[in-house]
Amino acid sequence: MPSPKPNPLTFQELILRLQTFWAERGCVLQQPYDVEVGAGTMAPETFLRVLGPQPYKVAYVQPSRRPADGRYGENPNRLFKHMQLQVILKPPPENVQELYLESLGAMGIDLRQHDIKFEEDNWESPTLGAWGIGWQVMLDGLEITQFTYFQQCGGVDLDPISAELTYGLERIASFLQDKDSIYDIVWAHDPETGRVTTYGDVRLADELQFSVYNFELAEVEKAWKHFELCEGECRTLLEKYAALAKEKNDGLGPDKQRFPLLAAYDLCLKCSHLFNILDARGAISVTERVGVIARVRALAVGIAKAFVDQQRGELPAKSEPEPTVEKKVKKKEVAPTTA
Amino acid sequence: MPDFLLEIGCEEIPARMIDAASLELRERLHKLLDRERLLPAAALAYLDTPRRLAVLAANIPVAQPDVVEQVTGPSFSVAFKDSQPTPAAHAFAKKAGVDVSQLQRTTTPKGEYLSAVVTRKGRSAAEILAEALPKEIASIYWPKNMYWRKPSERFVRPVRWLVAMLDDEVIPLEFAGVRAGNQSRGHRILADRSVAIPRAGISYIEALEKARVLSREQREKQIRKTLDAATRTIPGARWREDKSLLDTVINLTEWPAAILGSFDPDFLELPEEVLVTVMRDHQKYFAVEDSRGSLSPHFLAVLNTDGDPDGIIRHGHERVLRARFNDARFFWQTDQKHPLRERTTWLKTVTFQKDLGSYWDKVLRVQRVCSWLCEKIRQGGIAVRPGVVHKAALLAKADLTTELVKEFTELQGIVGGLYARVQELDPDMKADAREAVAIAIYDHYKPQSMEDSVPRTVEGAVLSITDKADSIAGMFALGLQPTGSKDPFALRRQANGIVKTIAEHKLPVSLSQLFKDAREAYRGSAAEKKFVVAVDFDGTVSHFLRERLEFYLRDALGFNYDVVSAVLAPDSDDVVDAVARAQALKGVLHMPEFQAIAAACKRMRNILKQAKGAGIEPAVEFQALPDSADEETRLAAYVSTYAPIVEAHRQKREYQQALSVLAMARELVDAFFDKVMVMVADERIRANRLALLQTLLKEFSTVADFAEMVTEGKESNESSKQ
Repeated sequence: MPSPKPNPLTFQELILRLQTFWAERGCVLQQPYDVEVGAGTMAPETFLRVLGPQPYKVAYVQPSRRPADGRYGENPNRLFKHMQLQVILKPPPENVQELYLESLGAMGIDLRQHDIKFEEDNWESPTLGAWGIGWQVMLDGLEITQFTYFQQCGGVDLDPISAELTYGLERIASFLQDKDSIYDIVWAHDPETGRVTTYGDVRLADELQFSVYNFELAEVEKAWKHFELCEGECRTLLEKYAALAKEKNDGLGPDKQRFPLLAAYDLCLKCSHLFNILDARGAISVTERVGVIARVRALAVGIAKAFVDQQRGELPAKSEPEPTVEKKVKKKEVAPTTA
Repeated sequence: MPDFLLEIGCEEIPARMIDAASLELRERLHKLLDRERLLPAAALAYLDTPRRLAVLAANIPVAQPDVVEQVTGPSFSVAFKDSQPTPAAHAFAKKAGVDVSQLQRTTTPKGEYLSAVVTRKGRSAAEILAEALPKEIASIYWPKNMYWRKPSERFVRPVRWLVAMLDDEVIPLEFAGVRAGNQSRGHRILADRSVAIPRAGISYIEALEKARVLSREQREKQIRKTLDAATRTIPGARWREDKSLLDTVINLTEWPAAILGSFDPDFLELPEEVLVTVMRDHQKYFAVEDSRGSLSPHFLAVLNTDGDPDGIIRHGHERVLRARFNDARFFWQTDQKHPLRERTTWLKTVTFQKDLGSYWDKVLRVQRVCSWLCEKIRQGGIAVRPGVVHKAALLAKADLTTELVKEFTELQGIVGGLYARVQELDPDMKADAREAVAIAIYDHYKPQSMEDSVPRTVEGAVLSITDKADSIAGMFALGLQPTGSKDPFALRRQANGIVKTIAEHKLPVSLSQLFKDAREAYRGSAAEKKFVVAVDFDGTVSHFLRERLEFYLRDALGFNYDVVSAVLAPDSDDVVDAVARAQALKGVLHMPEFQAIAAACKRMRNILKQAKGAGIEPAVEFQALPDSADEETRLAAYVSTYAPIVEAHRQKREYQQALSVLAMARELVDAFFDKVMVMVADERIRANRLALLQTLLKEFSTVADFAEMVTEGKESNESSKQ
């Protein structure tokens, strides 16, 4: 049995190394967004920044909350809230794959000793009207990164496109430290006292209590009410922006520029999270599910279009809402089953 | 003559798409070279890996051959006046690129004209390829493609380099902003980034092999060799052959090697189906079995590198598999907290299809249709246990609510069967009945394809057929039948499954009755309100099923299309019967009697058709008349004597015998057509003879419509003489 590396990176060192690596390659280091998101892609630094023509490079850690994935802290591999390191390269440089592989070196992974594969995996988020083409990156059989070339976001065709690298931090850390349970990952190591703080020390209570809340105590009626309030306010904002855009569709006036689309997006994110809580509570039937997802997507798509308009000071470019580029449609044969 | 090389260097192409794209690229190049008169003498060679599609042509012409042709100009009288060339002659000479003195006089049927012999230079191969290849590359079909630079430039993944060469010369072409050169790239990790290609041809293959890139064939060989070697370390063990997995790992690697890993034998208490699914579908591992064929606690992973001397990679794979198996065990244990019989009620909230209601609604319909079907099968003399089918139908969909199926959807049905085996289904149910229920549930999605086996038991077959018929009936009633390439609910595959299952279990099932029952089960439901009133349900369903039956007879059983058409003409409702008749017919086809009878049947059909077209009615029935020809009365006597015998055989499904009796008619029929004219002027005799033909054709067509058979000769012309 091979012994693990003598001094594998702690969880926080892993984050620091990756941040340093990408900062040195021109990325803005952002901080995690402070509204609940289900995936790093939903943070405005990705969802909104990939829209429009302005080049941008950013890296940030984003905790992602998926209430239905909670396991009361009892499952060694599954979390309600996991952390992703998100990198957006807009437009992607030609050597983006090589850069990515170099970043693995920065974590102390010597690729000559490992097996790395890029396996087809196309990402799609129906809630965001977003999708892209790419791979899951497999390291010795473990999926460590989702690598995506965004093609569409909020129903808007992207030009230029962005490359999105999503590192699964817990997975990578447990790989580096050779831990079978996420909770055993060494988060920090105090160089003075030698004291070790584990992932469990930092996060276990979080997992347990939010599992109890999401599965048992979240009040369904109130969550629905919150959902409707957020949705309603977001819609009102979008309507106001549309009225503004109609008046001044010839340019980018100050009224448009100061319009709080970013706040509208926060409301949309809240809807998405409330939907996830309701889903975890089992309050949404499969039939309803599709309908509620469509409501959230309507907000996301509305915001994306308005955002593009606000950025360019012109009407949104025409877009294709169909998330498909298949020339000849070759549908997979799918038997009707549960969603 | 130079060698040609094109290599499209790409970011990792999805494994499932490589083979088809590689073939298409070769076909495109072949067509291009053919079109441009640049074909090489030998077949094209190729090399494809996840990062490249390369195609090589040895010895292509440097340039197209020159073309010499004669072009005709103005008439001679206009071009020359008094033996002197006019401006018209000068203009023609200029256009043709020759001197006036080289112009010739040509005599044509229209008179004398001026002509010139023109040589058109062939273009160089380099020029043609540089111009045409980018379009060919852009036209390759991908099931899903993308853009990375401009929305108008699409390919499966970003193209990062191109090599295009004639011998050692680079062909100057460009695709998606990449200029072709002579620099390729080797294996991502094992070789240096850039690999100089000295010249097109074998040296390309050699350069890449040095840079740790192998052809598909070599990769397969290397994978098999290393799989064998790794397995040999376990005495008596064998790796399980798995064609589609092998194809996948071949196309995920450029320089493959297999390693053996192990897992805790305690996991073997989980069902093999679950373990193998995790290994194969989720981790792309080959399963290992011991000398008795049982799963052994090992796996084989195929790497894209040259080995794992320190076991670091193996250790990683073992960790991942352990986590996956732990998950599966967790799901298995969690699922047992709520047995299937409790979960059936949960199906009320699981949508089957938005207009067709929940899975609970489906379960109730399927139960009803199952009991009708069981009754018919029993009447048909086949033993079936309706109680087992009823219970299995109730529980079959309950596994859709389990964690294990949510995680491994491909195990739907199988998981239900496995759970049924270990759970109490009914307090007073006997063990053998429970096992039968479990098997029926386990098998009820089968067959998943034409190659897949059908459910093992009659009970499983009944459940499988009914479940599929319910889906098809509902979708058709909603007007959602498959059209062209669109079949999102895989209704064709499901109907194929029904046909195959009925055929292999030899079930006495009428397809039309089955679908009447399936439609009937929707009566009065909320779903029925969504049904499209304008749909001709019986008509579209029967047409659809006939096509599926044709497909089964042709593609699965290998009958010729004319046999299939002949057999399905009298009846396409009884699958088992159609198969039996097709087999009987195939068995006698080689006999000359049937060639003759088939020809005669066509003739009879044509004569009857012509008569009908001319408004001539046959007599009510044939009667021997004083002036009837001998051949006529003898043939009529045959019909009255043997038709009941044929019918008796047919009733007993002794088709071979029925056909032998028909064969005896050959000489009588031949004699009749030799000597007797049907369409004579005498109305009475004509109507009488037509009646004879009509009866004869009817009696001949009960097993198969011989007029559909392909025969030698041109009997159709012959008959028109009548």
